[in-house]
Amino acid sequence: MTIPVIVIALLIVGAIVIYNGLVNLKHQVDNAFKQIDIQLKRRHDLIPNLVNSVKGEMKFESETLEKVVQARAGAVNASKSGSMGDIAANEGLLSQALGKLLAISENYPNLKAIEAVKKLMEELAHTENALSFARQLYNDLVTKFNIKQQVFPNNLFASMLGFIPAVLFELPKDSKERENVKVEF
Amino acid sequence: MNIYEQQTKNKRLTAVIMVVFVAFFLFLGLGFDFFYASFQPQDQAVFTENYDGYYEAEVKNQPIPYGTIIAFIVACFMVGNSALNGAQMVLKSTMARRAKSSNPKEKQFLNIVSEMSIASGLPKPRAYIVPDMDLNAFATGFSPEKSYIAVTQGLIAELNREELQAVVAHEMSHIRNYDIRLMTIVSALMGAIVLLRDFTARRMFYGRGRSSSSSNRSGGGPIMIAIFVLWIIALIFAPFLSRVLAMAISRKREYLADASAAELTRNPKGLISALEKIRNAVMPTKKINNGVAHMCITDPRGSLIEEKLGFTADLLASHPPMEKRILALKVMSYQQ
Repeated sequence: MTIPVIVIALLIVGAIVIYNGLVNLKHQVDNAFKQIDIQLKRRHDLIPNLVNSVKGEMKFESETLEKVVQARAGAVNASKSGSMGDIAANEGLLSQALGKLLAISENYPNLKAIEAVKKLMEELAHTENALSFARQLYNDLVTKFNIKQQVFPNNLFASMLGFIPAVLFELPKDSKERENVKVEF
Repeated sequence: MNIYEQQTKNKRLTAVIMVVFVAFFLFLGLGFDFFYASFQPQDQAVFTENYDGYYEAEVKNQPIPYGTIIAFIVACFMVGNSALNGAQMVLKSTMARRAKSSNPKEKQFLNIVSEMSIASGLPKPRAYIVPDMDLNAFATGFSPEKSYIAVTQGLIAELNREELQAVVAHEMSHIRNYDIRLMTIVSALMGAIVLLRDFTARRMFYGRGRSSSSSNRSGGGPIMIAIFVLWIIALIFAPFLSRVLAMAISRKREYLADASAAELTRNPKGLISALEKIRNAVMPTKKINNGVAHMCITDPRGSLIEEKLGFTADLLASHPPMEKRILALKVMSYQQ
């Protein structure tokens, strides 16, 4: 009589411990995703300012600038409607366009003399860094969360308690960011 | 060793140090009572016949250990104070000020601090600037919720963005591991011990007025003499011992913070070049005094002690030799 009661009590206690641990991690994952979201918004707000302030100096790079503007528009659209994969793909394109713009801007030493551009460049570097760190934290937490769901004995309870594995914030397979950079002379 | 073990270890060690500090004060207070304030609990009452022909109980020595009680209250106050105001005390002693976002270099520093707080998933620490041209940095605070990162003016002037990021990541890992709590408490209590030593030394030389009856007793037995000697030694060597303790605590934690910094930025090379720049700046950091030395990323007394190997260096250096730290990071970046 007492043994089954003890076993059931232990099972319940175990389930509670597992549930609490998973809820805790799930909130951390959600919070980390919000951080990514904040940084993406900052990035979208920053780009028009940047493009406007460098337009005068970089007349001959209108194609690059145009690409940045287009990529931003795509990213903003994706963030309004899209799924995680959609957002990641569009943001990947934007990162690539921005990277190219920053690399080309090195050829314009005059730009560095403009105080406003210098400030914007620092802001952009900050946002890009913050974005990659936010993504890093998010992916680390998602990995932890998913592992915690799949190890034994948690896997017996996890789906029963309504937990589903979270999705990593990855660049899609065909993203150009994953390709090696070609250096041409 | 993972982060959680390190955190619990640091919290426990902080609690132990607080208790030891209070116990040490009690010991000193009790000694003071015995040797100077004629306290003797097991004294028998002496019965003397007074003029009226009655016997009256008279206790020559007072039974209340005032010194011990006062020492206990003072010690508890100091422990509480170091927990509440320790970080502010440390910052004040280095004359640090808040970083301003109007200055572009300091704005960059502020940005980097917020990046690293995102990377570590911790609340954003407050950023401070120490007005000194040497290259150094430290973190302080009682918990990650209320923490401070301070760097010298020279550091933000000399290091590039990547290197500054590595240094901030190093300090961020001190915050995450609760090293800051331990270090700040040690720092604040160390200051209290030095104060106490100075106070009691003066008391011993100038205040021997009331000790006529107790000096007879302290000459009474060899055990008492031994305790008396021990008491004096504890009093004199406390500041030195606490310094050695602080250094020993700090040294081990530097490697771990270096490693976690590289993990946070995923870029050991940034920290390597930052440490090399810091190492080449051999000037001592004048604004940072010895009481805060163990909290800094490198020894503020200049790199002379750190470069030496051997027993004395092991005893007194607050940081492992820079060469060893850089080597450990190089191994890490090679493995990547």
